[in-house]
Amino acid sequence: MDILLQQVINGLVLGSVYALVALGYTMVYGIINLINFAHGEVLMVGALTSWSMIGLMQEAMPWAPGWLVLLLSVLIACVVAAALNFVIEKIAYRPLRNAPKLATLITAIGVSLLLQTLAMIVWKPNVKVYPTLLPSQPFALGGAVITPTQVVILALTAISLAVLMWLVHFTRLGRAMRATAENPRVAALMGVKPDLVISATFVIGAVLAAIAGVMYAANYGTAQHTMGFLPGLKAFTAAVFGGIGNLGGAVLGGILLGLIESIGSGYIGALTGGVLGSNYADIFAFVVLIVILTLRPSGLLGERVADRA
Amino acid sequence: MNNPFVPGAPRAARIAAWLVAALLLLALPHGLQYFGNAWVRIADLALLYVMLALGLNIVVGYAGLLDLGYVAFYAVGAYLFALLASPHLSENFAAIGAAFPDGVHLSLWLVIPLAALVAALAGALLGAPTLKLRGDYLAIVTLGFGEIVRIFMNNLDRPVNLTNGPKGIGQIDSVKFFGLDLGKRLSVTDDYDIPAVTLYYYLFLALVIVSIVICSRLQDSRIGRAWMAIREDEIAAKAMGLNTRNLKLLAFAMGASFGGVSGAMFGAFQGFVSPESFSLMESVMIVAMVVLGGIGHIPGVVLGAVLLSSLPEVLRYVAGPLQQMTDGRLDASILRQLLIALAMIVVMLLRPRGLWPAPDHGRVLEEKV
Repeated sequence: MDILLQQVINGLVLGSVYALVALGYTMVYGIINLINFAHGEVLMVGALTSWSMIGLMQEAMPWAPGWLVLLLSVLIACVVAAALNFVIEKIAYRPLRNAPKLATLITAIGVSLLLQTLAMIVWKPNVKVYPTLLPSQPFALGGAVITPTQVVILALTAISLAVLMWLVHFTRLGRAMRATAENPRVAALMGVKPDLVISATFVIGAVLAAIAGVMYAANYGTAQHTMGFLPGLKAFTAAVFGGIGNLGGAVLGGILLGLIESIGSGYIGALTGGVLGSNYADIFAFVVLIVILTLRPSGLLGERVADRA
Repeated sequence: MNNPFVPGAPRAARIAAWLVAALLLLALPHGLQYFGNAWVRIADLALLYVMLALGLNIVVGYAGLLDLGYVAFYAVGAYLFALLASPHLSENFAAIGAAFPDGVHLSLWLVIPLAALVAALAGALLGAPTLKLRGDYLAIVTLGFGEIVRIFMNNLDRPVNLTNGPKGIGQIDSVKFFGLDLGKRLSVTDDYDIPAVTLYYYLFLALVIVSIVICSRLQDSRIGRAWMAIREDEIAAKAMGLNTRNLKLLAFAMGASFGGVSGAMFGAFQGFVSPESFSLMESVMIVAMVVLGGIGHIPGVVLGAVLLSSLPEVLRYVAGPLQQMTDGRLDASILRQLLIALAMIVVMLLRPRGLWPAPDHGRVLEEKV
C-alpha cells in the first residue's frame, strides 16, 4: 500500500512534467500539423539555462534564499527558451509551411540535433548536478513521503495550467489560436494574423517546456544536453494518448502516462517474478502509445482521426 | 538531358559510361588505400548505408510509409549473425555448447538469406499493428518500436543472457566463402596483398549492386506500381481492388530484409555488436539519407547515403585544426554532428524534395499541410 501511494505521488510529479511538455506539442500540432521534434530540446535548454543562472546568482548574490534563486532562474530560462523557439519557428519551420511534410519532419529532426550539439558546445557534455535549492526534508504523507520540490512541481503545474486555460479561453490571443487551429484560412479572413498566432503558440509552448525542464532537472537532480530527448518523446506520446490537438487531453495523457510509468516500473519486478526489472520503465510509454494508436487512433479525448498523411 | 546512363542515349555511349563507372568503382579501394585503410573502411560503411537506405526507400519512398524504427531490422540482422557466429551462445547455453563446442559458424550463403528472412519476419510483425496508421502517427509508432527493441537489446542479459546487454557481443567471425577469409589479408604476390577492408568492399559492392537491381526491378513491377498507388491515394488503391494490407506488410518485410542483410554484414565486418550502434539517431540518419538524397529515386537515395555516411568521417580529418582553434571545445565528433544537423536543415529549406529528386512521380510529397 505504501509503495503504491509512493508510486502514485512520483507518477503525478512525473506526469505533470509530461503534461506541460505535451501541451506544447499539442498546441503546435493543432495549429500547423507539425510534430515539433525539437520541443524536447527546448526543455533541455530551459533546464541548462536555469542551471547556469543558479550558478551565477549564487555567486553574485549569496544572500538570496534558495526559492528566490530558483524562481529567478526559472523566469530567465522561460525567456531564453521562448526566444529560442520563436527564432526556430521563423527560420526553420515558417519557410517550409507549404513544403512536403517529410521535409518539415527532417528539418525538425535537424533542429533537434543542432540544439543538442550547440548545448554540448556551450555546456560541455558532462552531467551537471542540479542543486537542491528548496528544503530537502520530505513530508510524511500516509505511509509515503513527498519532497518540497515535488510539492512545488505540482503547484507550479497547476498554476501554469490555470494561466494557460485562461489565456486560451478568455483572451483575444486565445480566441485567435482556437480559430486558427479550426481553419487558418477562415481565421485569416476574420482578421486573425496566422503568422502572429503561430509565433505566439511556439513562445507559449517554449515557456511551458522550460518550466517543465527546470522541474525535471530539480526532481532528478541532474541536467545534461541529452536530457530533452526522452521526456520529449514521452510527452509526445502523452499528447497522442490524450488526443492530439486537445489541450485537456494533453494534460490527462501526461498525468496518466506518468502514473502508468511510475506504477508499472514499481510493480513490474513483482509481476514478472523478477524477470523484468525497473530498467524496463521506458518501455511503458511506447507500449501505451502503440496500444492506444491501434485501438483508438484519435486518443482518449480526440476527435481527429489518425488517417491523415 | 545528356545523361549517358539512361536508355535514350546512344548505345555505345551507354556501354562506355557503364564500363567507366564499373572500373572506377572497382579501382576505388585501391586508390583510397593509398591514403590508408581508414579511408577504405569509410567506403565500406558507406556501402552498408547505401543498402540500408535502399531498403528504407522501399518502405518510405515506394509505399509512402514513414518508418522511424528502421534500425531495429539492422539490429536484428547484426545480432542474428553475432549469435550464430560467435562463441556467445555456446558459452551461455549448455545445450548449444554441447551441440556446437566450437560455436556455430555459418557460411555466407546461409547468412545472407537467413538474415533477410528473419528481418523480413520482424518487419511484417512490427508492421502488422501499424497498418491503419499513416503519416506522423506511423512515424511515431515505428519510432516506439525501435526504442522497444533497443531497450530489450540493452536488458536481455538477464535472466537469460541473450544479448549480453550493454556490453555487446564480440569475437564475431569474419565472413568466409569458398575458403576465402575476408577477415585476413589476401596475398596476391609476394609484395602485393589485398587488405581485409578491401575484400569487404567488394563483397558489399556486390550486395549493393544486387540491391539496386532488385529495387529498380521492384519499382517497375506490379508490386512496385501498387505500392506507389497506395502512396498516392490509399483509398483509391483499395477501391481498385488492391490488397493494401498485404502490400503494406510486404513493403515492410522487403525493406526490413535489406536492413537485416546489412546488419549481418555490419556484425561480420566489425566483429562486435552492441546496442549503441542501433540508437534512434541511426534510424533518423537513414531517413535523412533517403529524404536528403531524393525520396523514391534510386540514384538520389544512393547519393544521400554516400554523402551523409562518408562526409562526417571525412570531416573528422579536417577537424583537427578547428579543434585546436577552439581549445578543444569543438572536437571532431561534435563538429560532424553540427554539420549534419545544419545540412539537414539547409538542404530541406533549399531543396525540400531532396538533392536529386525523381523527375516525375511523388505527388504525395507535395501534399499541402
